[in-house]
Amino acid sequence: MKKYKWLIPSIYILFLMLPIYWLLNMSFKTTTEIINTYSLWPQKFTFENYITIFTDSTWYTGYLNSIYYVVMNTVISVAAALPAAYAFSRYRFLGDKHLFFWLLTNRMAPPAVFALPFFQFYSSINLFDTHVAVALSHCLFNIPLAVWILEGFISAVPKELDETAYVDGYSFWRFFFRIFIPTITAGIGITMFFCFMFSWVELLLAKTLTAVAAKPIAATMTRTVSTSGYELGLLAAAGSLTIVPGAIVIYFVRNYIAKGFALGRV
Amino acid sequence: MNKTINQRAWLFVIPVFILVAFNAVVPLMTVVNYAFQETFANNVFTWEGTRWFKQILRSDRFHAALGRQFMFTGVILLIQIPLGIAIALSMPKKGIGVPICLVLMSMPLLIPWNVVGAMWNIFALPEIGFLGHSLNDLGFDYNFTQQIGDAWFTTILMDVWHWTSLVVLLSYAGLQSIQPAYYQAAEIDGASKWAIFRYIELPKMKKVLTIAILLRFMDSFMIYTEPFVLTGGGPGNATAFLSIDLVKMALGQFDLGPAAAMSLIYFFIVLLVCWVFYNLMMRNEEQK
Repeated sequence: MKKYKWLIPSIYILFLMLPIYWLLNMSFKTTTEIINTYSLWPQKFTFENYITIFTDSTWYTGYLNSIYYVVMNTVISVAAALPAAYAFSRYRFLGDKHLFFWLLTNRMAPPAVFALPFFQFYSSINLFDTHVAVALSHCLFNIPLAVWILEGFISAVPKELDETAYVDGYSFWRFFFRIFIPTITAGIGITMFFCFMFSWVELLLAKTLTAVAAKPIAATMTRTVSTSGYELGLLAAAGSLTIVPGAIVIYFVRNYIAKGFALGRV
Repeated sequence: MNKTINQRAWLFVIPVFILVAFNAVVPLMTVVNYAFQETFANNVFTWEGTRWFKQILRSDRFHAALGRQFMFTGVILLIQIPLGIAIALSMPKKGIGVPICLVLMSMPLLIPWNVVGAMWNIFALPEIGFLGHSLNDLGFDYNFTQQIGDAWFTTILMDVWHWTSLVVLLSYAGLQSIQPAYYQAAEIDGASKWAIFRYIELPKMKKVLTIAILLRFMDSFMIYTEPFVLTGGGPGNATAFLSIDLVKMALGQFDLGPAAAMSLIYFFIVLLVCWVFYNLMMRNEEQK
């Protein structure tokens, strides 16, 4: 029994990899081959789809736009959430519990509910079709998440650390930047990873708030379906490329990822 | 942890408060505004009171979408939670296998949601997809774009593929926090495998599992992009979950009043369930 235990995770991973393999497989085929022949690997191996993406600016600017607003959102979310998470973890103040739950309700709000009002709101303040608009709108769910995770990590740091620093004559901000932030770098790293991830995978709001100038890659992909029929090869190649940034960042946080998903509360 | 009372802590919270309120309050008020009024061209609004709410609460279309939504969320929770726990239990506890498992299992979580939908679409298409082709080769009459049962099967399989890893990672984090002393004591007592699971591992996982159920409930209840790309809500309305139906009503037919009323009811249901879970979670935390 124990000998075959590794089989379960292996089968599961195999199941996870199959659709990804299929996408990669298709990305190296021409669209004609995809439609006309069924084969487990490309018969006529081609890089054509990838070359199109890297040379056509409507394609690659999609990636740049996505990365641009995702990074912007990650920085804003973590910078704003850090002091707030510290306050929630260390202090009791008027309305703290209600405020915390109110923040979480925004993580629970279905984006579909907000799509149309967001469009009207951001149009009326002249931010429609800018990277800032998407970055700000993703704060709706990323800031609550960041506060939640950081609060978990900060609460794991004993309060004696703060008190010792004050006894040693540190001012609050000097303590915060010199001692406290270095202590919770792992937590900050994890939080950035999660903000990056949820901003990267979200599409509904990003698509609603952009038209041309800040269009994310995921929205560019839907275009292939409507204009030139089904360009499956291109679609597959573009899809495969969207996996790359995630795969890169995940490598850096691999040891902490489980703790991060537990919102720092294990 | 005992906290100090300090009202100036509000100053720390203000940036977060402003940023979230900026995004939450104005749009939410817009929704509330639409929910009580009838809109005409030229921005003419007339007060309608609770008419849209009554209309939505009595409409068969809303009941059907809500039913499908609960069915979907229930099924994926019933599959993902036990499956996630089982996989976490059989994962290696140390060595080179750990990072490999963690990185590979996290992959689906980092793929943009419409790519997940598109990927499963071409994976499951009967002529060109591996899944569709294989199932038809095995003698099943499988076509998710035409048969309701197949559409449901594919949507659920896609969600299991997409999100089971979240439960695995959470359960795994919970299991890792158990001290070896617990297992040694169990061994001395001659505890069975089941007893170890029931009395040591499961209680230790309670906290993370509450978070897992909370997150999975929230996200599956809001699901939009993946089934929209995979099936478009079809065949017919068979996989049109709440969000899909809502967007259809708001942007497709531009019935803003009913759509806004539906949004508020929808949001209220999510809030209610999450509030219950949140309190459960906080109680777990205080017990610790």
